[in-house]
Amino acid sequence: MLSRTAENLFWIARYVERAETMARLLEVGARIALMPNTEHGYRTEWESLLQASGTAKGFEDKYGDPVQRNIESYLFFDRDNPSSVFSCIERARENARIVRTAISGQVWDALNSAFQEMRQLERRPRSELELTNLTEWVTRHATMVRGAIDATLLRNDGFHFLNLGFALERADNTARLLDVKYYVLLPSVDLIGSGLDNYQWQVLLRAMSAHRAFHFAYGGGLTARKISHFLILNRQSPRSLITVAEEAQYHLDCLARDYRKSGLAQMRARALMGELSELTVEEVFDEGLHEFLTRFIHEVGELTGMVQDTYLSGEAK
Amino acid sequence: MTDYFNEMFQAGQVRAPYQGLEGWTKSMPAELRQMKQAEAEALFRRIGITFAVYGEGGDPDRLIPFDMFPRVFTQGEWSKLDRGIKQRAKALNCFLQDVYGRAEIVQAGKIPARLVYQNEAFERSVVGFTPPRGIYSHIVGIDLVRTGPDEFFVLEDNCRTPSGVSYMLENREIMMRMFPKLFRENRIAPVDGYGDALRRTLASVAPAKCDREPTIAILTPGHFNSAYYEHSFLADTMGVELVEGQDLFVENGFVWMRTTEGPQKVDVIYRRIDDAFLDPLCFRPDSMLGIPGLMDVYRSGGVSICSAPGAGVADDKAVYTFVPEMIRFYLGEEPILNNVPTWQCSKPDDLKYVLEHLSELVVKEVHGSGGYGMLVGPKSTKDQIELFRHKIEEEPENYIAQPTLALSTTPTFVEEGVAPRHVDLRPYCLVGEQIELVPGGLTRVALTDGSLVVNSSQGGGVKDTWVLAE
Repeated sequence: MLSRTAENLFWIARYVERAETMARLLEVGARIALMPNTEHGYRTEWESLLQASGTAKGFEDKYGDPVQRNIESYLFFDRDNPSSVFSCIERARENARIVRTAISGQVWDALNSAFQEMRQLERRPRSELELTNLTEWVTRHATMVRGAIDATLLRNDGFHFLNLGFALERADNTARLLDVKYYVLLPSVDLIGSGLDNYQWQVLLRAMSAHRAFHFAYGGGLTARKISHFLILNRQSPRSLITVAEEAQYHLDCLARDYRKSGLAQMRARALMGELSELTVEEVFDEGLHEFLTRFIHEVGELTGMVQDTYLSGEAK
Repeated sequence: MTDYFNEMFQAGQVRAPYQGLEGWTKSMPAELRQMKQAEAEALFRRIGITFAVYGEGGDPDRLIPFDMFPRVFTQGEWSKLDRGIKQRAKALNCFLQDVYGRAEIVQAGKIPARLVYQNEAFERSVVGFTPPRGIYSHIVGIDLVRTGPDEFFVLEDNCRTPSGVSYMLENREIMMRMFPKLFRENRIAPVDGYGDALRRTLASVAPAKCDREPTIAILTPGHFNSAYYEHSFLADTMGVELVEGQDLFVENGFVWMRTTEGPQKVDVIYRRIDDAFLDPLCFRPDSMLGIPGLMDVYRSGGVSICSAPGAGVADDKAVYTFVPEMIRFYLGEEPILNNVPTWQCSKPDDLKYVLEHLSELVVKEVHGSGGYGMLVGPKSTKDQIELFRHKIEEEPENYIAQPTLALSTTPTFVEEGVAPRHVDLRPYCLVGEQIELVPGGLTRVALTDGSLVVNSSQGGGVKDTWVLAE
């Protein structure tokens, strides 16, 4: 497979995953804003959202004050924001158009119809667009893309590059979402303080479509330990760091098997997985949640760099 | 008012090839037709066949309008076209091999040396090098128009990288999907062998140094190119890689592509970019599209390039006039298909005639394409004609003129129902170990009432083209 093709596939997945994360983030923000609110004011919440999405700087340059409507515009519609939902969908579809021959008709269909519907949405007045519906719209299309990939693609290298994209992007996103809330966890490992914090954690779980799963797995009772365990170390959780690390490792191993050649990326993924499987929540908190997440994000970045060097640059190390 | 040949109706009678379609249109109520049309459009959009016109801006995802009314040829009509097209494709290749070799046709005084050697498309860097099998133009698109039951004329030859074949194939797919009954009732020759035939053709011209099953790649300028869809469609149909310049590099006398498993050797490149962008070392140093060193590999027999660099010298509008002469000279045959009579403005007598008859003629730029830079005399205003007169007087050698042909019409779906619209035809002839032509081509239709310009960039649409089996 052409390196460029592999790179495009990898990024299709990353953009789809990112679009979904952005949409979920926005919904978190909107829910928090609905809360009767005391001292903090929702302003900080919106700011933390911008921080989490890595778009704070771009937003400030363009709009200044974090007003909900502007944030919605910026994170959802704005093409100037490379991480906005629309930018991501457009790029995912454009990448798919470039590698049209490497994906199935159904995958193309799923990406293209998201794009076509997006263009229709753009023509409608903003006042008609309900944020919740928009979020659902994004997750629905992302799910269709995933479903089409899963149901129709050959299990060849292209499939593995796509899934590698999903896994690495999700690893990064989960870590960032968690990181943005780490300060709420700080005072006590056992109990999350106020009703507001509690609510914030609920919406965070909700943003990861995980609130029901969480309650199912832990029988309720939000504690820092449980939440961190759920999002970092629980193999049942589809977004936990360990789950996505394992997926990344799996697809890298498949590539190594297909190509009959294993390299740095495989070693790194195995090391990451090895660390996570032996880790306990206590150790995470001893290190400091923020410090741990920062390190994790950095390691995922390095792993991504190795994937780039090994497969996507055409140098084939 | 000129009398146009209507391919379906003659003297109130339905001509033989269209008999299977008469009932079909009659039994289709307007609502059904609109529904089908919308369905077709949705299909095209979903598949992603779109066409972007350079410099026009606007919607990059614009569709070329698809007309559902097929254009039909009988086997008898087609077999004459088939022979005429193959004859022409063969002669054009003989010409190319000759002018990059001993140039016997020039020495024999059959074609002026100036037209060959001062032609912008003449490629000095390949003089003396003969590509595999002596073939330069592997895909020859021949544009034809019809003016009567037996009157077909060649409007122009495309020896470089004729586009549009994906429409021929997709139009058929869509028609078969929407109107399966029509295909059961009519015996329509299939066109879907084109992909295999193209692959066979390209594989048959693998370079001398290739000692295994050749690796073929299509070279595209990239996804911003208006024909990108076609490039990727062809790569998919043939099962070959679609590469950009950045995916290729030259090392140890071969061309390699960058893959996830390391460099892989490429033997045959079907390029969809112009000569000028092939190799910055040989042509334009400012080009980012090309592959440095590619021409050296080509000349040493390490890679085949289709069409061969320099093939464009055969499809120039001034050289076109001499194609019948080429057929006689190389093949010793009489041309089966005629040229349109052409005046060369570079000749004083012709120029005089052209300037006196501008309002009746079609004037074209010698190097123009896509229906740009042309004047359709009878359809133009006085001002437009005067403007062109100045242009011609300034640079006469840049123009040729032809009579305004009474292009045939075929029934076409329009707002009010069905009406005749003018059409042309581009079949795609493949030249490799064998010369092959799939029975069909791209019919372009001028959708505006009375218009003779069928270019998609100027309001033209496309139709499925049928050849009825015996």
